[in-house]
Amino acid sequence: MTSVGTRTGLPEGATGLGHSGATRTAHRIFVVRELGILLALVLLITVTAVTNSRFLSSQSVKDLLLGSTILAILAVGQAIVIITRNVDLSVGSILGLSAFATGSLFLAAPAVPIPVALLVGAVLGATCGAVDGGLIAAARVPALVVTLGTLYVFRGLDYTVATGKQINAADMPVGFLRMGTATVLGVPVLTMFAAAIVVAAGFYLRSYRSGRELYAIGSDPDAARLSGIPVGRRVFAAFATSGALAGLAGVLYAARFGTLDANAGLGSELNVVAAVVVGGVAIFGGSGSVYGAALGAVLLTTIGAALPVLGINPFWQRAAVGALILAAIGLDRALAVRVAIRLKGRKARG
Amino acid sequence: MPEPMLALSGVSKSFGAVAALRDVHLELYAGEAHALVGENGAGKSTLVKVLAGVHTPDTGTMTLDGAPIAFSGPADARAAGIAVIYQEPTLFPDLSVAENIFMGRQPLRGLRRIDPGAMRRRATELFTRLGVHLDPDRPARGLSIADQQLVEIAKALSFEARILVMDEPTAALSGVEVDRLFSVARSLRDAGAVVLFISHRFDEVFALCQRITVMRDGAWVSTDAAKDLTVDQVVRRMVGREVSSLYPKQDTQPRDVLLDVRGLTSHGVFSDVSFTVRGGEIVALAGLVGAGRSEVVRAVFGIDRYDRGEVLVAGERLPPGSAAAAIAAGLALVPEDRRQQGLVMALSVERNATLARRWSLSHLGILRRAAERRDAGTWTRRLQVKAARLSDPVSTLSGGNQQKVVLAKWLSTKPRVLIADEPTRGIDVGTKAEVHRLLSQLAADGVAVLMVSSELPEVIGMADRVLVMHEGRLVREMERDRATEESVMFAATGHAGTGHGDAT
Repeated sequence: MTSVGTRTGLPEGATGLGHSGATRTAHRIFVVRELGILLALVLLITVTAVTNSRFLSSQSVKDLLLGSTILAILAVGQAIVIITRNVDLSVGSILGLSAFATGSLFLAAPAVPIPVALLVGAVLGATCGAVDGGLIAAARVPALVVTLGTLYVFRGLDYTVATGKQINAADMPVGFLRMGTATVLGVPVLTMFAAAIVVAAGFYLRSYRSGRELYAIGSDPDAARLSGIPVGRRVFAAFATSGALAGLAGVLYAARFGTLDANAGLGSELNVVAAVVVGGVAIFGGSGSVYGAALGAVLLTTIGAALPVLGINPFWQRAAVGALILAAIGLDRALAVRVAIRLKGRKARG
Repeated sequence: MPEPMLALSGVSKSFGAVAALRDVHLELYAGEAHALVGENGAGKSTLVKVLAGVHTPDTGTMTLDGAPIAFSGPADARAAGIAVIYQEPTLFPDLSVAENIFMGRQPLRGLRRIDPGAMRRRATELFTRLGVHLDPDRPARGLSIADQQLVEIAKALSFEARILVMDEPTAALSGVEVDRLFSVARSLRDAGAVVLFISHRFDEVFALCQRITVMRDGAWVSTDAAKDLTVDQVVRRMVGREVSSLYPKQDTQPRDVLLDVRGLTSHGVFSDVSFTVRGGEIVALAGLVGAGRSEVVRAVFGIDRYDRGEVLVAGERLPPGSAAAAIAAGLALVPEDRRQQGLVMALSVERNATLARRWSLSHLGILRRAAERRDAGTWTRRLQVKAARLSDPVSTLSGGNQQKVVLAKWLSTKPRVLIADEPTRGIDVGTKAEVHRLLSQLAADGVAVLMVSSELPEVIGMADRVLVMHEGRLVREMERDRATEESVMFAATGHAGTGHGDAT
């Protein structure tokens, strides 16, 4: 805020007086949101580590990172969708479908290279996401309803393909399973993969026109249409991306757990939405970042790992997640009210 | 005569069975400011949306620089150099001012990345050209309407718009802000652009525009040079009939004090506001936008809380912060923003009209539909609401008719005190006169009317007394015969010391 001095030196009656305060507040909100999650994460880890030093052992950290990976990738896709004022409830089912498809692929052709498997998963997921996005854009039905429907459709497809079978780790190539647990310098390969996705998505949303248009659509869909933004196409792309990431996450799920049935990822969509909301992405779109969403995923996973270590009843784990969501929404609301009061005061003066 | 920059000929557009535009002709020449006037529902907004590429005309042709042109979407219109500033701002509240200006056209650097530095710099340059100071980094959320319009104008400048369409840009602006908007519009016009200006305020139309096109019922009526026209002629063409009088104020005898506001204070918003309104009286609350007028009436009505002071209705003290108590005591509020605060847009006309009386119309807690319908019928007839069916959603009505529904809703409660916040904002001349006649009639019947208005002719024409607010304080009180547009404006801009008004 280096220009505050010049700004307050404006002649009487000029607009812009008092704007710097609001700008500062806006910046602070951004910093507070992501920093707040990070702080909560550090606090949780510290308290848990003090109680039980083995919580920070390299194996336990590795487990934690691996555990967050899949949720974080899903959260990135979900954040992109929620930023456009939509929601994708079908991601858990897409993950399940893709995971089982990966297992089947390796059963049929064990020699398939890993990148091809990743590609197949992503394309399968993108196709599912395209179905979601197509229905939403063409039929103009709210995403909540469409993806609630496809949640069941994709899962049903999964059951039909699986027909009650289970694919075991023994049926999968060793190289593929090793990818699920391999580490470089103590950091799991899967986590690096997820981190790369987060950074790429964050970079895209921040620095590309079409990325900024996603925020514009979520901020005011009607205004976006009037500004000539291809709203339908962008929303379609957001859902295809979310689907592709869910498909990718399915492949990683197969690599990590090895044992697959039709229930992979069952119910994970609500976890994903929770991670995104806790991560500071506004549920009505227009603001938030994939970094926050990924941090939210790490935080939720850490809570899941830390509470048993702290000797807390698993029941409270769910309650803690619920409380966090309410706290995140409460924080958003409190900040909004503060900004409103600030602006109201300004209006009375001007 | 040179070739027109943009010409529409024989343009028609229908929505279902409703013909919104019928065989419209419009020619816009470089370097002119052109006014488009007509009652609400005359088709101006549809025409704007055709120019903006939002609607595709059913028939007719459009030419730009003599070449035929067709828009398949807003992006095409923009590419052709047409910028539209809508009545309702179309900014993205979560994004920064600079991003709002350059959305979709952000300056790029390597790898087709957005260049935030260049974007901020160019935004600052645009604001300097406009002679205003806005922080390009602040979010658009919380900007005043005037500042939002400046952002829209900066957007138009940023892509060198040759045709700037402004749809009632001054409806929510104060005098200073209107002047600034006009100086920008004039400089654009002098630089060879076309400014198409839509407004209900004739003084502004005549001050800015060289030519005036009148529309009525979706059809073109006339286009003439402004200097050959008078306000009366324009109004007659718009309504197609004589407007008897825009301000039919009846003289009435003030009766007992019905509303008594004493020392009302809300920290940081308004302070020490005291006034009375008698039965049979219309009192206008004037002032610039942001002076705190709406906030005062909201506090009086119990929507907002206040820190000090009291409100008495017919001598009885109202509990603060309770709109229910205010309604029970006989207060009625016609709010400033009828779309968001006055009506439930998705509900039917009759449901809206009876909303404030749903308890007295129900039996054992169950709303009786027949009673509701009968009651709504009575009031909508008295107010001459033009609706195809009373069961239609209120959102299908024109702005003027929506306002009549809001009035019907409150008048059916038989209020002792009616507070009307900007009762005629954005409604056409014919309906405006009807609303004025209605307010006058109510006062004659003994109702105490408190009217917040930003339109000085309305304030002067309608009020028995004028209260002027400036920066949260009541600075002047004037009787009807002493109030002039000049004296009210003087007080509203903070020059209260010049007169000898008896401010309370």
